[in-house]
Amino acid sequence: MTPFALEPLGDSALLVRLGDGIDPATNRCALALAENLRAAALPGIRDIAPAYASVCVHYDIAALAGAAGAGSPHQRLAEQLGEIAAKFFEAKMAGPDTEAGGESPMLEIPVRYGGEFGPDLGDVAAQAGIDEQAVIERHANGDYRVAMLGFMPGFPYLLGLDESLHTPRRASPRTRVPAGSVAIGGAQTGIYPRELPGGWQLIGRTPLVLFDPTRGQPALLQPGQRVRFRAIDAGGEFAALIR
Amino acid sequence: MSIRVLSPGWLTSVQDSGRIGYAAIGVGRAGAMDDVALRLANALVGNAENTAALEITLRGPRLRFDADALIALTGAVIDARCATQEIPQWRPVWIPAGGEVDLGSMRRGARSYLAIAGGIDVAPALCSRSTDINAALGPFGGRGLVAGDDVPIGDERLGFPRNALGGRPPGDRAGHDGIAAAHWSLDPQPWFDAHGDKPVALARGNHFEHLDASSRRALFAREFRVGNESNRVGYRLEGGKLRLEAPLELVSEGVVPGTMQLPPNGNPIVLMAEAPTTGGYPRIGMVATVDLPRLAQRRPGDHVRFVETSLADAQTRYLQRERALAALIQTITERLKR
Repeated sequence: MTPFALEPLGDSALLVRLGDGIDPATNRCALALAENLRAAALPGIRDIAPAYASVCVHYDIAALAGAAGAGSPHQRLAEQLGEIAAKFFEAKMAGPDTEAGGESPMLEIPVRYGGEFGPDLGDVAAQAGIDEQAVIERHANGDYRVAMLGFMPGFPYLLGLDESLHTPRRASPRTRVPAGSVAIGGAQTGIYPRELPGGWQLIGRTPLVLFDPTRGQPALLQPGQRVRFRAIDAGGEFAALIR
Repeated sequence: MSIRVLSPGWLTSVQDSGRIGYAAIGVGRAGAMDDVALRLANALVGNAENTAALEITLRGPRLRFDADALIALTGAVIDARCATQEIPQWRPVWIPAGGEVDLGSMRRGARSYLAIAGGIDVAPALCSRSTDINAALGPFGGRGLVAGDDVPIGDERLGFPRNALGGRPPGDRAGHDGIAAAHWSLDPQPWFDAHGDKPVALARGNHFEHLDASSRRALFAREFRVGNESNRVGYRLEGGKLRLEAPLELVSEGVVPGTMQLPPNGNPIVLMAEAPTTGGYPRIGMVATVDLPRLAQRRPGDHVRFVETSLADAQTRYLQRERALAALIQTITERLKR
């Protein structure tokens, strides 16, 4: 069985699919393949973005047009991507595990849990059948990894949420979720980079700025980044970090 | 030089060809909804085709120019005046210093483009001057223009095409305080669907086969209506709901402008210029990139029919259009030099 499939995503992009679920092994593979494709620097590629179980490759139709009879731009690119992906998986089978980000440093994210900062902490606790303090401990003790960014610039989808904390989205979404809100949506946990509407359960808030286009690295978190949360108090520490 | 916004119209924003290369951190492309009209407007004033210009939506703004400027207006058919003079579209037009350009309602289409020689000289954000309103990213805090905004224009206008008007340079309008329009213009017919009735080419999406039989037929047979909630992020299509045979559980993955998603309410959404980078709804169709400008010119309440295309045909049509457009832009450039 081939470990990947190539699917057209319209006439200007292509998905390299490695799976159709959310699991850490497939995601690590998608991130490593995305790095591999980026390094290949194929002409005509506009963008490469990994997701949970796939890599999206955006391309310039005109730049990939060949002579008559050379096949469509999609066919030409699919051939090249297929070769790179096949080699990637061959090397993966043969050699030691060389997953990208395996040794990446841990980034600690300070979070003020509960109260006005996390109005849904009580609901998450009730759903899990534990008290609020236990939710905080379980959430802050987790070892997370950024699976992908999407929805909004800088919005990270994190893998590694304790199963007991999986909580369905709110029946009616909020029209305004404050920037920095740490939230749970089903099996996923993420952080709102700015004030947005949203249906996830809000358990806390971080003073860190998740996205700033004027920074050298606009997104605080990159795909593959390891993350841990640390509970802070509402007073001095939260305020001090805002500066 | 700058342009003062006296009133913003329904929605006027700064747009170029979009933001490329940041999808991995969740930043979408944005840029002009009708990219062809943007490129032609720029060509008509001697700008590079991806230069930032104004995208005007449904009802136009009122603008005051503080210096002589060469402009061109393409896309939707819009009422345009400077004092008592009508501003013709699809050609270079001189606006005198102090001139107030009053753009009114659109008689056909939804989006007009106003390019100014020298381009709009705002600081780029992530390598683009386009406004991503949904992501609040880009010039003016990532929002549409409001009254009182001053829109800076680049100095490169000093090298503007002297002969855009057939030999009359800007200072040479003795006794003439009004506008001066070139005596030649483009035929908009190949680039603008004036009657709004041409079908939009749609390829089957990855989850098309999950539609029930009647929905599969309906997608290419039905006349849809552009919903009132449609915007730069997506066009919501109404006129009979589409159904899947069984619910699909999907994980988030890449989407692009042109992706047609089916949310649980059964009304398909075609993602447009401000498409997010990822989505989790079933993708039932893919609008051909070559027809996105045509769809972008439909307004809420307008009708849309989809005709099935193959991926290869969609790309062939795109390449044909790009060749025709490149040839036309070359012709315009030579004309401006004469």
